[in-house]
Amino acid sequence: MKPGFPQGAHAALRNPQLRRNLALATATIRGKRAAVTGERPDWEELRVAGASIKRRVLRHLDHYLLEFESSVQRVGGTVHWARDAQEANEVIVALVRRTGAHEVVKVKSLTADEIGLNVALAEAGIQPIETDLAELICQLAGEKPSHILVPAIHKNRHEIRDLFRRELGVPDLTDEPAELAGAARTYLREKFLTASVGISGANFGIAETGSVCVVESEGNGRFCTTLPQTLITILGIEKLLPTLEDLEVFLQLLPRSSTGERMNPYTSLWTGVAPGDGPQEFHVVLLDNGRTNVLADEVGRQTLQCIRCSACLNVCPVYERTGGHAYGSVYPGPIGAILTPQLVGTAEAGSLPFASSLCGACAEVCPVKIDIPQVLVHLRGRAVRERRSGPIERAAMAVAARTLKSPWRFRWARRIARLVQTPFVRAGKIERLPGGLSEWTSTRDLPSMPADSFRAWWKSR
Amino acid sequence: MRAALFLTCMNDTLFPDVGIATVQVLERLGHEVEFPETQTCCGQLHLNSGYQDAAVDLARRFVRVFADSDVVVAPSASCVATVREFYPYLAEQFGDQELAEQIDVLAPRVLELTEFLVGRLGVTDVGAYFPHTVTYHPTCHSLRGLHVGEAPHSLLRAVRGLDFVELPGATECCGFGGTFAIKNAETSSAILDSKLENILATGADVVTAVDRSCLTQIGGGLSRRGSEVRTAHIAEILAATE
Amino acid sequence: MTTRELILSRVRAGLSDVPTADPGDVVVQRGYLRALDVDVVERFVERISEYKTTVRRVSHSDVSQAIAEQLSLRGLRRIAVPADLPDEWRPTHTDFVTGAVDAPALDQVDGALTGCALAIAETGTIVLDGGRCQGGRALSLVPDYHLCIVGERQIVGTVPEAMALIAPTIRRMLRPVTFVSGPSATSDIELSRVEGVHGPRTLDVLVLSEV
Repeated sequence: MKPGFPQGAHAALRNPQLRRNLALATATIRGKRAAVTGERPDWEELRVAGASIKRRVLRHLDHYLLEFESSVQRVGGTVHWARDAQEANEVIVALVRRTGAHEVVKVKSLTADEIGLNVALAEAGIQPIETDLAELICQLAGEKPSHILVPAIHKNRHEIRDLFRRELGVPDLTDEPAELAGAARTYLREKFLTASVGISGANFGIAETGSVCVVESEGNGRFCTTLPQTLITILGIEKLLPTLEDLEVFLQLLPRSSTGERMNPYTSLWTGVAPGDGPQEFHVVLLDNGRTNVLADEVGRQTLQCIRCSACLNVCPVYERTGGHAYGSVYPGPIGAILTPQLVGTAEAGSLPFASSLCGACAEVCPVKIDIPQVLVHLRGRAVRERRSGPIERAAMAVAARTLKSPWRFRWARRIARLVQTPFVRAGKIERLPGGLSEWTSTRDLPSMPADSFRAWWKSR
Repeated sequence: MRAALFLTCMNDTLFPDVGIATVQVLERLGHEVEFPETQTCCGQLHLNSGYQDAAVDLARRFVRVFADSDVVVAPSASCVATVREFYPYLAEQFGDQELAEQIDVLAPRVLELTEFLVGRLGVTDVGAYFPHTVTYHPTCHSLRGLHVGEAPHSLLRAVRGLDFVELPGATECCGFGGTFAIKNAETSSAILDSKLENILATGADVVTAVDRSCLTQIGGGLSRRGSEVRTAHIAEILAATE
Repeated sequence: MTTRELILSRVRAGLSDVPTADPGDVVVQRGYLRALDVDVVERFVERISEYKTTVRRVSHSDVSQAIAEQLSLRGLRRIAVPADLPDEWRPTHTDFVTGAVDAPALDQVDGALTGCALAIAETGTIVLDGGRCQGGRALSLVPDYHLCIVGERQIVGTVPEAMALIAPTIRRMLRPVTFVSGPSATSDIELSRVEGVHGPRTLDVLVLSEV
């Protein structure tokens, strides 16, 4: 199994700037989220509705995919299907090529990141322009995003100022956030006004009407989905909702769970092509890329309920300290720890289900009630079954199992352990253990095993 | 009432005092305690490490050992959570209908100590005396798994001589997470650091919890820092008298 | 096999544990709030103000005056408006650019003035559907300033109430809908909330009473 998370976490844990940024960011959003969900006496009812709507869609996904396709076609859009990242990229590149455009404006889309769309476009001689401020920052810096919602959370204002000075040609820029945003605005406005092709992801697709919904804050989503002549939207197959009425639940769950606001600044909901208003050519690319694998596992399936709010990231004690890059995936944090291994397999991502103390804080805040700890435990089982653990661990666990299945072996093991611990005990505690167990004693002591056992006490009564 | 004690493998191996204290508290309240001696482990270690074959075998064992008990009391929320939350999952995964039925019957009778005292017996004052400043860490399994709520607080507040101090950031994990503490030791320690800072900030002499596993993480960190702050399982506080 | 057939067959294979083709096998309980128990106009004003939006309540007869005042306050002269903007909403001494639809033209004006389809009190949201007095999507997007007129009777309490009203428009007329809750914003730089990146950086609202 690839080393994965522990190595990825190591660098992050030793980066004080990153840890400060993360601690501040997650604490801030946690507070806001708590306030706007706490004020709703029906928050739990909303979660129940959201979870059941998503569960319904997933259990009947073929039905809703067909309904969505038919609806999109009816309202003047074209539907394309992509089995994997490669096919999705081929389809999108071909669509852009048909327009003759060499530049496209893009709205942040985790799905597009997942398939590596920017690389595919660049290779095809098409320049993708990221239009979300944080994505622009990451693009100019040549870095991957590190948080679902606040992708440049790992960068502070000085770093951004230096980057913009260099890449946007604005030498006198200060590090005032308002000025930094202004520099991005000027640069991108010119792109918006001249772009002929926009590429977006989407938060939801409505099967009943073929409508597509994008939830955002900055307005670049509106620009990318309104001004260009051609709009291409990539949508994971799990992102469907049955009806417009169902959307009302998610318009309440998502902003409160993600940015901790009652409503985000802009939500766009368009239905095919509107004559005289917006793109006259609209394409939806439906993406599988491993989602059908997730769907097929009855316990893992709930992972696809995710609406990408990032509430789980913000309450995770692990994510708070390691940040997103440690997960080595487009999807970090608790949701990433269960989604990524199911999309790409345990050989690639088998360490991720173990990157958790199973504290359950994520499940408490998930707006669609994904039981993340259950899926983590479930995937740990898969990782072991697929032989991703090392031989020493497997041997140790086998010995432990034999010991624990037999009362007399268990009692003898205790006696043996008491003897074996002796060289390690100083003043009633153990400060150094050998082998893999030294990971414990690197930062913590252990009490020594007491002489008397409970069983001896019990017998003596 | 007759209660069967599920000691847990951790207490059986490292912390006999927790088991002794649990028995003392229950007997002081007038209840009879039995100890099925063939018990070993609930299987949590193997379950959480992904070794489900072993875990389901241990689940089957547990169910057999405690089949005839009216109620099973354990001084461990994580073990009780394993039984109530994950045994049904294991039975399902292994298509073991018989196990599923046995769990259906047994699981509601398996209780963590404070759940049993407050929820089942309706008792908050167990006649304890513990003249120390104490802060309480709500363990993740008791807080979010079993939803023990205010039970531990109400028990501690009724202890004579005990000066209770709220723990800042109480609901944050201590970073133990079983084998997580070894496999992701650096991250586990970073999480522990925050918990220790909060504990030390309370000025308490003693930090308590309903899980000895978390207390081993916390105590191990306190000890390494040379701190005088002790850990005590809540059973030990409740068993203490004049 | 086409990709479409492949994906659908994968989906069906993955759902072999689902015993029925009837999506109603999962019941959706809608126990969430559908109405507010408060004065929706007051609540709307309160909530949208929290997004750094300037809100004024004016009477019908004062609307022209109020618009002129607001534009003058902001120092704005050239204002893009939809073709069906009522005369009462056109104060004199303002340079109205009517029916501009293309983005470069809209980029040259100082601001936009529109009505709305409805508004949501609980979340402080304005809903635009390209219908009466609204124009196309670009109109309220490209200019740096947006002044929106909201009639008191257009304000509903909750998101579900709004959806019930807007859904027929979408189903029958396929209109693109935009939900606006304050001016453009980002928190991408050290979580410092900066107003205004791409959409209008300033949003003013006049709430119109019937009388």
